[in-house]
Formats: sequence, structure tokens, C-alpha cells
Amino acid sequence: MSAYAWMWVAIVAAGVLSFATKLAGHSVPESWLENPRVHRIAAFVTVSLLSALVAVQTFASGRTLVIDARLAAVAVAAVLLWRRAPFIVVVAVAAGVAAGLRALGWG
Amino acid sequence: MARVSLDATRQQALSVSLATGAYGLSFGALSVAAGLDVWQTCALSLLVFSGGSQFAFVGVIGAGGHPFSAVATSTFLGLRNGFYGVGLAPVMRPMRGWRRAAAAQVTIDESTAVALAQPAEDPDARRTGFWWTGIGVFLGWNAITLVGALLGSRIGDPADWGLDAAAAAAFLALVWPRLAHRRAQAVAAASCVLALALTPITPAGVPVLAAAAVAIVAGWGHPRAEEVPE
Repeated sequence: MSAYAWMWVAIVAAGVLSFATKLAGHSVPESWLENPRVHRIAAFVTVSLLSALVAVQTFASGRTLVIDARLAAVAVAAVLLWRRAPFIVVVAVAAGVAAGLRALGWG
Repeated sequence: MARVSLDATRQQALSVSLATGAYGLSFGALSVAAGLDVWQTCALSLLVFSGGSQFAFVGVIGAGGHPFSAVATSTFLGLRNGFYGVGLAPVMRPMRGWRRAAAAQVTIDESTAVALAQPAEDPDARRTGFWWTGIGVFLGWNAITLVGALLGSRIGDPADWGLDAAAAAAFLALVWPRLAHRRAQAVAAASCVLALALTPITPAGVPVLAAAAVAIVAGWGHPRAEEVPE
């Protein structure tokens, strides 16, 4: 098979595995979820994964940790959230802070 | 009251869809630069539909890696989507057949985060958040992937527009309502520290996934019911 055909095989395989992963989560038997411990862990899991995602998106650049315009933007977002600003304002201001700092040549 | 909260939910879903869609532009361009053609690039967005996994796939190919290691890396980065399905169970179930398949395909960071950012006492708003964000991101991401693949290197870096910081701020805003209790705050803080500590020493995908260990520790004992995020 040509390299082009193998690439298609890989793309379809990645798609099938991605879908299977997502479906597996939705297919966990109800009886497991009725276990209070599993129920509590499932509730905490989304908080922990999304928090870790914010941290990685703020500080990671490949496999190194950097302090750049993203941190300033996320810090401003945190202040706005604390002041109960609407979602769209938080996101737009964060983008503006990062874009502005980069236009000024920092981060 | 219900109407007001649904409208706010849809607004949130649409703004997340737009911001994520814009990232599709850079995915499309990067994928073509890595050597995939326009059809392959669009197939990745349709079939894999998970930003981190797709960027990893074309990253491995672009670096000269074997297509099968691209599959492995992409799958590994997508494992967290499996946890999301479990976390969404109280909101989304019961679901069967095509509905469950459709929900699975659009179970990603964004749809999960918008769903769970809605008040726990309003399951309708949570389901609305999930479907509007999931379908909105799916449409935007796939349409703009095509545009990015066609434009190729003529488009700029999304970072110039602050879109990378906007994504981080959006996820912070979405997880924020779930951090009301000290135990959830501690879980969030520990997850951040663990993910950052692992970033320099583990492959991409491990740091975020490893944060699930923090959730297991937090939920293992006997926290009072009000301390558990709903």
C-alpha cells in the first residue's frame, strides 16, 4: 500500500479510537455510577481535568513552562470573574490583554 | 427565570463555538503544512473531532513520525474525553442509540465545560449547554478547518489575536462556578500543580490526564455531600 493509503488508514483508526473513547465514558454501567465513591470521583474528575487544562494552557509551551502574556490575560480574567463579569467579557478582555501585550513586544 | 438562564447558556455556547472555530483555522493550515492533503485534514476534524488529539496527530506527521505513532499520540490525548462522559452521566442519561452516539462524538472539553458550568439544579440548561456547544463547535471547527487547509500558510498565528489566552480564560470561566467549596478549590489547585510539575518530564497529554488522580484521592474518602461539585 502507498504512503498515502496508510495515512488514510491512520486517520480512520484515530477517528474510530477517538469515538470509542468518548462512547466508553457514556456507556459506563449505571450500577457502577450508583456506587457513592465512583459518583464522587466522577464529580471531581471534571473539575480536576479542566483546572489542569487551564494551567497547561496558561504556562506550557511544548514541554517547558513559561511566563508570558497568557498569564497576564488569565490573571485579568480571574479578577473579572471574581467581580462577576459576564462570560463573553471575560473571554474578550483576556484575548485583548494577550494580543495587546504581544503587539507591545512582550510575551 | 428558566428562559433567562437558557439564553445565557446559548450565548456562552455560541461564544465558545466561535472562539474554538477560530482555532480550526490554524489546525487546517498546520495539517496541510505537515503534508496531509485537504481531504485528509477535513477527515481528521470530522472523525477525530478533538482539538488536542488532532494537533498532536499532525504534529507527529510533520516531525516525520510514523502514521501509527500519530494514532497512538492522538488517542492518548483523547482519553480525557472518556472521563467527561462519566462526569456527564447524571446530566445526559438516559440516552440510547443514535442520540448516545451523537453525544459521544461531541463530548469534548468545551461541551463538557459549558454543560457543567450551568447551575446543578437546572439540568435542562446543562443539556442545552452540552448540545449547543457540542454541535456549535462541531460545525464551526469543521467549516473553518476547511478554510484553514485551503488558505494554508497565508493565515497568521492565532496567538497574535490572543486566542490562546482566550481559550485558557474561557475554561477558567467555565470551571469557576464549580469552585464554590474549599474542597473543590483544593482539588483544582492540586490538579494545576500536578499538571505543571509533570509538563517538563512527561509526553503531551499526560499532565492533564494525571490530574484525574487528584479527583480519585478527593472522592475516595467521605467528603460531606455539599463539598462535592454537582
